[in-house]
Amino acid sequence: MSKRIDVKDLNVYYSKFLAVEDVNINIEAKSVTAFIGPSGCGKSTFLRTLNRMHEVIPGARVEGEVLLDGDNLYGPGVDPVTVRSQIGMVFQRPNPFPTMSIRDNVLAGVKLNNTKISKGEADVLVERSLQGANLWNEVKDRLGKPGSGLSGGQQQRLCIARAIAVEPQVILMDEPCSALDPISTLAIEDLINELKDQYTVVIVTHNMQQAARVSDKTAFFNIAGTGKPGKLIEFGDTPTIFSNPTEKATEDYVSGRFG
Amino acid sequence: MTSTLTPVRKRSALTKGQLPKAAPYIVLAVALVLGAAILALIGFNAFGWAIVSAILFAAGLVGWSLVVEGARKAKDKLATCLVVGAFLAALLPLFSVIWTVLVNGLPGLLDPGFLTTSMNGVTGAFDNKTVEEGAPLLGGIYHALMGTLLITVLATIISVPVGLLTAIYLVEYGEDRALARAITFFVDVMTGIPSIVAGLFAAAAFFAVVGPGTKTGAVAAVALSVLMIPVVVRSSEEMLKIVPNELREAAYALGVRKWRTILKVVLPTAISGIASGITLAIARVIGETAPILVTAGFATTINTNVFSGWMASLPTFIYTQILNPTSPSNPDPSSQRAWGAALVLIILVMLLNLGARLIARMFAPKTGR
Repeated sequence: MSKRIDVKDLNVYYSKFLAVEDVNINIEAKSVTAFIGPSGCGKSTFLRTLNRMHEVIPGARVEGEVLLDGDNLYGPGVDPVTVRSQIGMVFQRPNPFPTMSIRDNVLAGVKLNNTKISKGEADVLVERSLQGANLWNEVKDRLGKPGSGLSGGQQQRLCIARAIAVEPQVILMDEPCSALDPISTLAIEDLINELKDQYTVVIVTHNMQQAARVSDKTAFFNIAGTGKPGKLIEFGDTPTIFSNPTEKATEDYVSGRFG
Repeated sequence: MTSTLTPVRKRSALTKGQLPKAAPYIVLAVALVLGAAILALIGFNAFGWAIVSAILFAAGLVGWSLVVEGARKAKDKLATCLVVGAFLAALLPLFSVIWTVLVNGLPGLLDPGFLTTSMNGVTGAFDNKTVEEGAPLLGGIYHALMGTLLITVLATIISVPVGLLTAIYLVEYGEDRALARAITFFVDVMTGIPSIVAGLFAAAAFFAVVGPGTKTGAVAAVALSVLMIPVVVRSSEEMLKIVPNELREAAYALGVRKWRTILKVVLPTAISGIASGITLAIARVIGETAPILVTAGFATTINTNVFSGWMASLPTFIYTQILNPTSPSNPDPSSQRAWGAALVLIILVMLLNLGARLIARMFAPKTGR
């Protein structure tokens, strides 16, 4: 239930502006990979190219290849919708659907696609997904209530439950804890640790301690200056990146001397 | 033993002079009396009294405040007087209209059979009898009420799909393309089209396509949709725009197609605003007179077929009853009917507005824990 991602010579453009330049990275299946780097260095942009979500922004395009277990996401005839149903995404700000109950939010991926599902199967799926997101015990008595009534941390876990309910191969997380308090953050970090048993997880974070805590591998992105493209500076095992990086810029960043 | 008690003072050092709580009422009473006195000198009338008293009140309160409380509080009082004054000035015509229509329209509305009979066969002779011999007032607005409802419903059926789909195109697919910009421009132009022009357009179009002299409820409905579509487009567009992009992205990230995202996430989130926008658009066209006069003509009989024959409506009913009374020598029964119809029209618009609020509340995203 999880696939690896290999990126070859990827350039990301917004119209004519080159936002991310020449990224080569191999993301292992069933592992947690963290992207760190200063604001504006293109790590969120790059993350969004991994499930073709960047295309939602007019003018955004890529050059290069992103291989999901060898299949190029940007090959001719590839439907971005198929890509996204295999590679789920959790956003920076919790965004449960305000018109839906907690239960319907979890089932959103199924229901919005009009897939037929019996009530029994739906119940199983809701419970399994909410269990998977460590939210079941908190909401099992109020599944019919609106998802927007939950706390921020609960809403974010609801969004994770919604993402894993469609059973993706990979889960991308774009700063999932930046709007949350430390306790909710801890709950989500624990969850990420559990998720990697089944899924490939890629997480963008500004919090270096978080990257160090949750990830197996870390990629450091940097930007030479405003208007210049972001680049992947260094990619390696998390302990190596944080204690013994090969690049000077990485060392400066992780030790807090820069950025 | 040392005492740390603060010295007892009459007033806190943090306050300045304050007007007594009853100050506005005192000034108001003085202003009313003074105003009456001044008006008595130049000839009394209620309107002048209200104006003069209001000016005196504002001047008196601000002046007193300036002396006792200082400049800042005085400015505050002046601003309050201006805001309240503007509010009253805006409200006055509204209440005046409602009051006038209520007083003049209620006798007509309470007339038995007013809502359930048409003007078919009601001639000037009956009205003369009513006035001269006190016979019961005959005739009613059933045909006009039916006409208005049918024409408006048909106009809504035409306008809502066109308007809503246009708005969806503009917000979800337009992406600032030339076509989208052109549509936005022409929708803005359409908003300003005089209603009589819309009527002439619909009449001319049907004359050209169906045949000269085609006057039916459907033609009127087309004329009204020309007026309604831009309003629906504009209000729906604004509502769709405020749906957060995050919700669209959340749906895309679940592998949901764009049209399903629009249908099942964007529209349900915006539906309350869209529904109330549509209701307000209906309220705007339900009282149109000119376009209906040139497209549906005028009838005294009940016609529930919008596709054939002339059709009455409330605004045209009012217009003809006032301008061409059924009995030219005794116009009072006609004007009573006209006021009654006006009252019904206002009630319809009020009901529509209430309906819009109810719909908005019903569809609003649920909150609660």
